[in-house]
Amino acid sequence: MSETTHDGTVAVTATPSPDEGLPAAQLAAKYGLAVSGARPSLVEYVRQLWGRRHFIFAFSRAKLTAQYSQAKLGQLWQVATPLLNAAVYYFIFGVILHASRGMSQDVYIPFLVTGVFVFTFTQSSIMSGVRAISSNLGLVRALHFPRASLPISFALQQLQQLLFSMIVMFVFVVGFGNLPGLSWLLILPVLLLQFLFNTGLALIVARLGAATPDLAQLMPFILRTWMYTSGVMFSINRMMEGRPEWVVRLLQVNPAAVYMDLMRFALIDDYGASNLPPHVWAIALFWAVVVFGGGFVYFWKAEERYGRG
Amino acid sequence: MAEENTTPTVIADDLHIVYRVNGAKTGKGSATAALSRILKRGSGDAARGVRKVHAVRGVSFVAHRGEAIGLIGSNGSGKSTLLRAIAGLLPAESGKVYTDGQPSLLGVNAALMNDLTGERNVILGGLAMGMSREEIRERYQQIVDFSGINEKGDFITLPMRTYSSGMAARLRFSIAAAKDHDVLMIDEALATGDRKFQKRSEERIRELRKEAGTVFLVSHSNKSIRDTCDRVLWLERGELRMDGPTDEVLKEYEKFTGK
Repeated sequence: MSETTHDGTVAVTATPSPDEGLPAAQLAAKYGLAVSGARPSLVEYVRQLWGRRHFIFAFSRAKLTAQYSQAKLGQLWQVATPLLNAAVYYFIFGVILHASRGMSQDVYIPFLVTGVFVFTFTQSSIMSGVRAISSNLGLVRALHFPRASLPISFALQQLQQLLFSMIVMFVFVVGFGNLPGLSWLLILPVLLLQFLFNTGLALIVARLGAATPDLAQLMPFILRTWMYTSGVMFSINRMMEGRPEWVVRLLQVNPAAVYMDLMRFALIDDYGASNLPPHVWAIALFWAVVVFGGGFVYFWKAEERYGRG
Repeated sequence: MAEENTTPTVIADDLHIVYRVNGAKTGKGSATAALSRILKRGSGDAARGVRKVHAVRGVSFVAHRGEAIGLIGSNGSGKSTLLRAIAGLLPAESGKVYTDGQPSLLGVNAALMNDLTGERNVILGGLAMGMSREEIRERYQQIVDFSGINEKGDFITLPMRTYSSGMAARLRFSIAAAKDHDVLMIDEALATGDRKFQKRSEERIRELRKEAGTVFLVSHSNKSIRDTCDRVLWLERGELRMDGPTDEVLKEYEKFTGK
């Protein structure tokens, strides 16, 4: 039973020499051993990630459920939270500040609610992305899985959260006289593109947040600034009337504004194409592909370093 | 056994692991200390107050198929760190670890969520370990029966936060032990649950050992090392102090610890 080396003597040395006198690297090569914890190739990484799709999905669902499991009303909060959010924004911007700027209430309220929910989707994907690695170090240090599973899973959790919010959104939109029509089908591509965009951003900030956890403190300020310049509570077109055309265009190609405006265009009858910048679908596609692709590669490049002490 | 010993499954080659701890140098977490640290940025780790902890220093060994290897040493000697490095979970400062297949740490604690039911945690934990949905479905009943959670009523459908610490530990072990591993690493997992469960888990570890290529066990209990392992690595201050058959190393170790 006792462990013996090949010359038959019992090895009780402080520094055991590698078996058979071979250097470790050659010994490893001879038996086909691979370096532990090395970064897989990009293709292999995607394959591994696909293999973990059930985990990614189950993890996001679990996080979503765990959120409200202590509350008495339980999962009802999934819908109640966005509803209260919309009410607060309406009270402040609709009633107190009159940010509607000539939009009729019938358009402004669905406009505001849609904007708030769509922006929140991006905002919370980023916020949970920043902490995806740094607050799950225990998981990263205990188990093997492609680390991109975490930010993707958090972005997926936010997508499911948005689907709950959309129940509220539909109620508002229909309640203010916008009946479901063919244009509602546009919701699907908008959601898909925005989800890709969000996931890409979540991957980028996850890597940054893993190296510098302080970013989680800074992020809310960046995001709030972004929100106020994206036209969540006001229409960029109306607010910027009289300003040079390029300023308006610049504000309009902002990805958050693009996805919000597309969603409004799909849902609200009186929010016509004149509110959209030219080539809006191309811009939406561009942001989604570039940010997702870039973010994915950027995250993968540091794969073997996540979880360092 | 003799021919099994010739195939290496894990090779550690002059392995060094260094932890970097932010802001531990001044010993004060004050804002001014943090600020001066940032201002000194760029002048190297030491000046910025990043303290290095050299946890594993130049460890080399070769483990073979069919071996069960115990890791011993006093607290903070680098045992758990070494395991994580073998598993590829902690990047090495220098040196390399070569492995056959994917070594896995026995433990899913981190993947489980206290707010979810035991039932959902079994599924989540299984998926986190890389099992497929079918595998989990097949083994679900086995896992629940093994944990003994349902012996005192239908607890598996309650959130894990309602479990006693012993029950939770048992469920965690049962989930973790449900999967077969190439190279299996166990970190003091034996000391959980009541006497009856400990017996059952030791049995399960012996089973896993048979299926696994190689087993590493970290434990402070010389008895469980003696029962499970045939080779022992003794780490002290991150260095490999001794490597040999269980009896010999344990004899020296007991002398060292003054037993």
